Amino acid sequence: MTRSELINRVYEELEGYTRKQTEIIVETFFDALKEALLRGEKVELRGFGNFKVKTRKPRKARNPKTGESVDVPERQVIHFKAGRELRELLNSR
Amino acid sequence: MTRADLAQEIFERVGLPKREAQEIIEIILKTMMDALKEGETVKISGFGTFTVRKKTPRMGRNPRTGEEIEISARRVVTFRPSNLLRVKSK
Repeated sequence: MTRSELINRVYEELEGYTRKQTEIIVETFFDALKEALLRGEKVELRGFGNFKVKTRKPRKARNPKTGESVDVPERQVIHFKAGRELRELLNSR
Repeated sequence: MTRADLAQEIFERVGLPKREAQEIIEIILKTMMDALKEGETVKISGFGTFTVRKKTPRMGRNPRTGEEIEISARRVVTFRPSNLLRVKSK
């Protein structure tokens, strides 16, 4: 399912909104989510899951081609953990 | 950030009343969950991709008692952020 398919499905569920309005709202939803994560905020969507920004420690790695040692700086990564409802939904059968 | 904060953001940006925004947020999340339930990949360009992966059963151990137990086959969701969602280091 792509972004535009998601917009179509949400549009079909809704009443009283045009396709264009639905699109703007869905886009705004993901924009706001993304901006919060880029600010380093945790996002909690109960049932669906949580997004958290985790810090990876700096480490030394090796260039596998040359064997040369390189420094990997501290990095921030986004981690998603599925919520209980989503986990149960995927495993109910 | 929670659903309520997201509804507030949507209200501030497009003027949709919070109650309606909350309702649409629920529908967005429900629609994504239904797709994942069917094993579909959900790919939101500029945000990231949710994929369902199948895990085979494996043996595990109860860390408290040391007892061996089988961890049953299950499906898990993984999220891979889009390149636009890579957080810059300070």
